[in-house]
Amino acid sequence: MILVWLILIPLVGGVVAGFVGSRNVSACRWISLVALALDAALAIGMISQHLGGFQYESSKVWFEEFRASWIPVLGISVHLGLDGLSSLMVLLTLFLGIIGVGASWSEIQERAGFFHFNFLWIIAGVLGVFLALDLFLFFFFWEIMLVPMYFLIGIWGHENRQYAAVKFFIFTQASGLLMLLSILALVFVHRAGTGTLTFDYSELLGTQMLPAVATWIMLGFFIAFTVKLPAFPFHPWLPDAHTEAPTAGSIVLAGILLKTGAYGLLRFTVPLFPEAARSFAPVAMTLGVIGIIYAALMAFSQSDLKRLVAYTSVSHMGFVLLGIYSFNEFALQGVVMQMICHGLSAGAQFMLVGALYERIHTRDMGKMGGLWTTAPAFGVAGMFFAMASLGLPGLGNFIAEFLILVGSFQASVPATTIAALGLVGATVYSLWFMRGAFFGPNERGWTIVDLNARELVLIAAFVIGLVWLGVYPQPVLNAVAPVVQSLEKMTQPVTAALLRS
Amino acid sequence: MTEAQFVALSPLILVGLAALVVMLAASFKRSNGLALGLTLAGFAASLVSLAWAAKVAPVQVTPLILIDRLALFYLGLVFLTGAAVALLGHGYFEKRAGYRDEFYMLLLMATLGAGVLVATTHFAALFIGLELLTISLYALVGYTRTEPRSLEAGLKYLVLATVSTSFLLFGVALLYAELGTMEFGKMVDLIRQGGHRETLVNGAIALVGIGIGFKLALVPLHMWTPDVYEGAPAPVTAFVATVSKGAMTAVLLRLYLLVGGAIPDSVMTLLSVIAILSMFVGNLLALLQDNVKRILAYSSIAHLGYLLVAFIAGGNFAPEAVTYYLIAYMATSLGTFGMVSVISGREREAEELRDYAGLFWRRPFEAGVFAAMLMSLAGIPLTAGFIGKFYLLAAGVDMGAWVLLGSVVINSALGLFYYLRIVASMYAAETSAKPGAAAREVALLGSATLAALALCLIWLGVFPAGLITLIRSAVLGV
Repeated sequence: MILVWLILIPLVGGVVAGFVGSRNVSACRWISLVALALDAALAIGMISQHLGGFQYESSKVWFEEFRASWIPVLGISVHLGLDGLSSLMVLLTLFLGIIGVGASWSEIQERAGFFHFNFLWIIAGVLGVFLALDLFLFFFFWEIMLVPMYFLIGIWGHENRQYAAVKFFIFTQASGLLMLLSILALVFVHRAGTGTLTFDYSELLGTQMLPAVATWIMLGFFIAFTVKLPAFPFHPWLPDAHTEAPTAGSIVLAGILLKTGAYGLLRFTVPLFPEAARSFAPVAMTLGVIGIIYAALMAFSQSDLKRLVAYTSVSHMGFVLLGIYSFNEFALQGVVMQMICHGLSAGAQFMLVGALYERIHTRDMGKMGGLWTTAPAFGVAGMFFAMASLGLPGLGNFIAEFLILVGSFQASVPATTIAALGLVGATVYSLWFMRGAFFGPNERGWTIVDLNARELVLIAAFVIGLVWLGVYPQPVLNAVAPVVQSLEKMTQPVTAALLRS
Repeated sequence: MTEAQFVALSPLILVGLAALVVMLAASFKRSNGLALGLTLAGFAASLVSLAWAAKVAPVQVTPLILIDRLALFYLGLVFLTGAAVALLGHGYFEKRAGYRDEFYMLLLMATLGAGVLVATTHFAALFIGLELLTISLYALVGYTRTEPRSLEAGLKYLVLATVSTSFLLFGVALLYAELGTMEFGKMVDLIRQGGHRETLVNGAIALVGIGIGFKLALVPLHMWTPDVYEGAPAPVTAFVATVSKGAMTAVLLRLYLLVGGAIPDSVMTLLSVIAILSMFVGNLLALLQDNVKRILAYSSIAHLGYLLVAFIAGGNFAPEAVTYYLIAYMATSLGTFGMVSVISGREREAEELRDYAGLFWRRPFEAGVFAAMLMSLAGIPLTAGFIGKFYLLAAGVDMGAWVLLGSVVINSALGLFYYLRIVASMYAAETSAKPGAAAREVALLGSATLAALALCLIWLGVFPAGLITLIRSAVLGV
């Protein structure tokens, strides 16, 4: 039941905040904050019971489960479950949710009620995605988070918001329908084999089907998730959406929504179709590598700060795709680390850029320069997250990318070699970002207010998180160990052969 | 007529009676409110009598009408929709000059026609129902006599509908000449047995198909839709989009269930082409419009294309899928056209896209409901439209109709584009709105109806199990 509350609290909080917002803006911010904090407390309380003391009992797959009948005639139920992987994602979501409310405290002045309503509903939808264990329910949440996100970009976004919002919506919705087709195909294949119509994840696992069928069905899932991730040919919506979204929108987009794609690959695409996924690995890894290099080059050639950060996301997500399809423990652990660390570092960068935009009303690097002198705290924070993004040892991103490369090296040497060049690219664009905004002469004569107390607190939270993950990543690795091991096992040729016979 | 037959027929009789009462009442006292009250009482009485009739169903009343579960289910749908249109029409015509009572009388007659259609098992009754519906609609479409566009739409509908009906009639005549019966069941049996002139029968079926296709506005028989939808008063547009199409779909469903899926491949191919064309033509042309009523008109063409996909796919899911999709479509169409009628001002209807600029901030309630309706049309979760689309895809996947499913996916993305255009204009800054379109007063009844519809949509989107069970018992009873 506690899992249901996790989703309900932001839903209800959103409605309340929406109603209060038209009368009292500050109350609506506080309500949103309290709702998310309450949710986070609930989540931490529950998860710490299971992950407490860094020891993890691997006897149970799901340490919290909820099941209720929903549409019995179609074999659909409300089935929620929490394991190590989803725990981490839930915590990340709530953390960034709280940051998002904080980051928009002064930015959003108009129609704040409706803004917070949408924001909390996005959070609720994402939590649903991370918890759903019924494929219909999963799709339901998958689509639900789109509508408020569309409004967030379309109403509170920057100049070109309409175009970006529609592009975002159509990309994700169309790919989502492909996934729905795949879900249905899987369900009907399962029904043909067993005679029962069910959308339940645990029952659909291990469905027997012809390899060709499996490949087609798998592709539907793969495309939907790589659009969201995004991977190379499906990424064009991302730079627009991230750039035009308001700060809180960019933070949740980069921090959480992209992770739903990676989560989907880990939770659904690979476990449901282990063999098809394995034979598809070369293609997926190639796409990942292309994404890493291409997006790094694109990031380097941007003059718009937000666009630059957006492209770095595509590059970092390329590592995720590469890691997932390497199918070994190192790479998969790296993938989870990368999901969390990128969520933090990209979220922080978007927050900084947003705060900067609020002060100087431009995102054009050509118009900046020399900001370090007038706002040193800003500069230090920028430097820190640039270092995180380029993978400086001691910060979480380093662990993540290092693990991924170690793992993928065992799977494919050429892919790893090229992907490692992405680290050089990351160094270049990160320093480019710093040079453009903070170093050099202050030609325009900017004098800006430095980070205020509220922003410093939020930044500090990011910094602590990244340093902690960089120095002591073991709790995360422990938490996902069972998931990673079972993923590794099911994709090994031996098990695959056993499954076939 | 036995008692059971009388009971079974009572829903139709009561609606017919209500039309008479409204007409008589108008000759004593002309009042918008009174006529509405009588109409609603009529609909309520027939809805109640449905439960009564359900106890004796299935009953064959004369060779023409069969009151079975399917008929009762669709009768309920048609009557509820008719009542909602009456409620929307009250506020709409209240704002406008001229007599209002005849609207309700015509509405009741048209609904009666639709009711006959959904319960018919005989081509003679089909023709009677169709004519009753269509002739009432001629007058309804041209109801605002002072507006040239409304008259033009009425005339256009008159000419085209008459031509299409004559096609239907000719087809029926040919079938009768060859098979010697006009009853659906016997016809299907005779055709199955063979021994008739194949070409003649096929030609006749094609002619009947033209008549049906016209009512459903499938491509290439869709040309009348945008003009008629645009010209007709908004509540009447809602009626044309929902009741008239819904009744025809019921006829199609009944024929489909009788044939039992044994449809020749050539017919299937033809239907597939029509479905794909309807989706693409509807959605692509909707992209080019700036008039909300025209956008919705083209979108309704596309939606009937989707609906046809479920028919073509066949399989166990088809009847359920068709019915659920139709209900979602009817509720949303009623809502969207209802919205146009509720927010329209005295001088003209709010039909330009820019009339909606800033509606979110001006009238948040109506805009929210409208957005929910549009999301349902687009098939986004939490709305009935999503379950409808889900069902449709399930029926398609079940039978492996991949080409059709591919078109549905592409068209959903296309559709999204113009639904979002309307939504976007609602939260845009209110600068470009032309005066005269915005209602100054709130039509309480209309808004309440829309709120109820929106709740209904969301309820059906979140808890569809109840309705699914109901639909199953209705379609499996045939």
